[in-house]
Amino acid sequence: MLMSGYARNDVLVSTGWVSRHGGDAGVRIVEVDVDTASYEEGHVPGAVGWAWSSQLCDTVRRDIIPKGAFEDLMSASGIGEGTTVVLYGDNNNWFAAWAFWQMKIYGHADVRLMNGGRNKWLAEGRELSDEAPSPARAAYRASDPDFSLRAFLPEVSVAVASGAVELVDVRSPAEFTGEILSPPGLPETCQRGGHIPGASNIPWGEACAADGTFKSVEELREVYGSAGITGTKPIVAYCRIGERSSHSWFVLKYLLGFDSVTNYDGSWTEWGNLVRAPVERGA
Amino acid sequence: MKAELYAVRELELSGWPVRITSYKIGAIWHAKADNVSPGAKIATARAGDRAEAENVVAEKARKRLAETRRMS
Repeated sequence: MLMSGYARNDVLVSTGWVSRHGGDAGVRIVEVDVDTASYEEGHVPGAVGWAWSSQLCDTVRRDIIPKGAFEDLMSASGIGEGTTVVLYGDNNNWFAAWAFWQMKIYGHADVRLMNGGRNKWLAEGRELSDEAPSPARAAYRASDPDFSLRAFLPEVSVAVASGAVELVDVRSPAEFTGEILSPPGLPETCQRGGHIPGASNIPWGEACAADGTFKSVEELREVYGSAGITGTKPIVAYCRIGERSSHSWFVLKYLLGFDSVTNYDGSWTEWGNLVRAPVERGA
Repeated sequence: MKAELYAVRELELSGWPVRITSYKIGAIWHAKADNVSPGAKIATARAGDRAEAENVVAEKARKRLAETRRMS
């Protein structure tokens, strides 16, 4: 376990911890990727693999995974309500954080991120496996969704007009200013570029060191505090599709311990396509 | 098995910064390209040696990045 002065020290584990405890009874390691190609090339021994694009969202309408599908995914992964689940993944743990956010929405008590994600595991030359485990099926019962962790468009619209929240746009500066409509090399998913009026631009990566691990709590306070994000108002994090903002949501809520933090997963893909929605451009 | 000879380097392709990560697992070399800011993976490749894997991933990334429009 990591002891770095974070508000919560029970939500983050090191690669070393996973190496020592990944096979313990009651612990389930899960690799969460955009797709499972990374998982298939080699993963933490014993880890099951989840694909964001097909298993962690509603595949019909744009939404989080439905409760029944969530219960089925947990059960098939051998996860019970009391299991310690450790998530890690590619793309800097963005999709692992997305899974973490959804597991909290559905009330899972003990879920953690592996600090530094897949990249750190590989860079350290730790053991890999190409065998997909077949865990004994569990009978998972999820709680009703806790939407206090999620922001929807109507609330964000009202909050923007009233100034009642701090909006944190965690996209890159080029996306925030409207120079580009999507991260370089990825498909455009919006009609207009820019950001929600009043938002502060604090890219997700500002929370991490060069090796992908989270900065110290003092450094995190400086990153967000210097932009006026101190937790005195409710905070809404957003990005393009809600996965990078899951990562920043995790930092704000669990590492800095701010009470009211929501992830607006509609994000710029929703806002940037709205007719007559207010948009700011530039820094 | 383990990832061996893990290496990261940055270059510019189609006017955008790109980070290429490559390593060997067993007999296969893997290469990934991400767009640095924000860091999203945009291409992958595998080959029999590092140079080939990196060349293939760079070419895939270059093509994808060339399609990115600058609005201002």
